[in-house]
Parts: sequence; structure tokens; C-alpha cells
Amino acid sequence: MDDFSGGPIGGKVDSGMIMEQVKLQIAVANAQELLQRMTDKCFRKCVGKPGSSLDNSEQKCIAMCMDRYMDAWNTVSRTYNSRLQRERAQM
Amino acid sequence: MAGFSSSLGAAAGDAELARLLAAEQQKAQLQLKVHGFTELCWDKCVEKPSSRFDSRTEACLQSCVERFVDTTLAVTGRFAQMVQKGGH
Repeated sequence: MDDFSGGPIGGKVDSGMIMEQVKLQIAVANAQELLQRMTDKCFRKCVGKPGSSLDNSEQKCIAMCMDRYMDAWNTVSRTYNSRLQRERAQM
Repeated sequence: MAGFSSSLGAAAGDAELARLLAAEQQKAQLQLKVHGFTELCWDKCVEKPSSRFDSRTEACLQSCVERFVDTTLAVTGRFAQMVQKGGH
């Protein structure tokens, strides 16, 4: 994953490009975390006794579950960030 | 998640880069915390996935985050006291 290509280290380092790479890699890792946990939760909620394929109701449930999970993530993110700001304001 | 250590920036002799990298790493750690809270609070607050979140679920999620932070503060606070009183 560490591919900081595009210029010799030790000379003038293109920090703009490095930061772009870093932010991209973080974004990718973040998406992977989301997908992994969302899949886990929605499998538990939507798939009962595993059959030979995902039936219609299971697929619908998974789609709804994904929307709800991302809603939940956004709510949690907002709440946590504002709590952090409140704590910092008190310090 | 990978630790983008600021030693990369320091090695390149660029303090500004080191600062930027440290800031990104901190943001990434925050994101990871949000992932953890979402998992925890989903289990506590969401029963059946519905076509929309009702206000009760929304409120539950918010309370969940706040109470977890409260719990963290309580635990670390009391633990510090226990350690002070003499080696637990």
C-alpha cells in the first residue's frame, strides 16, 4: 500500500502528492471498514437460516439495512464530533 | 489502519509534511472510533431495519454515543484514583 511514487526522497519531496496519496489510502481503508462491518450487521439482521441463495425478501432487507447502517454511521459521527468539541471547549 | 508515522516527513526534513501527516492520522483514528461506536450502538438501538429511521432510534443512537463517552471518562477517572490509592 505504500507507494509514494513520483520523486526522490531526500531531494525536494513533493508533499502535495504524498498528502494526496495518504488521503486516498485513508479513504479506501475507511470504506473497507464500513463495508466489512455493514456486511456483518446486515447478514445477521437479514439472513436467517442460510438457503441455497438469497431470496427476494433477504435482498430487500439487505438494501434497507445498508441505508439504515449508513444513516446510523452519520448520526454517530455527528454526535461524536460535537461531543468532542464540547469536551475541548471545557479544557 | 496504517500508521502514517511522521518519521517519513521528518526524514524528508519537512516539518510541515510531518504535521500534515500527523493530522491525517488523527482524523483516521477518529473515523475508526466512529466505526466502533456505530457497531456497538447499532446492536443496542436497531432491531428491524426499516425503510426509515424513526426519531426514537435516532435518539437512541445519540444517547448511546454520549453514554459511551461518559463511561470512558468514568472508567479512566476511577481507574486513576485506584492506581493513586496504591497499586491495584
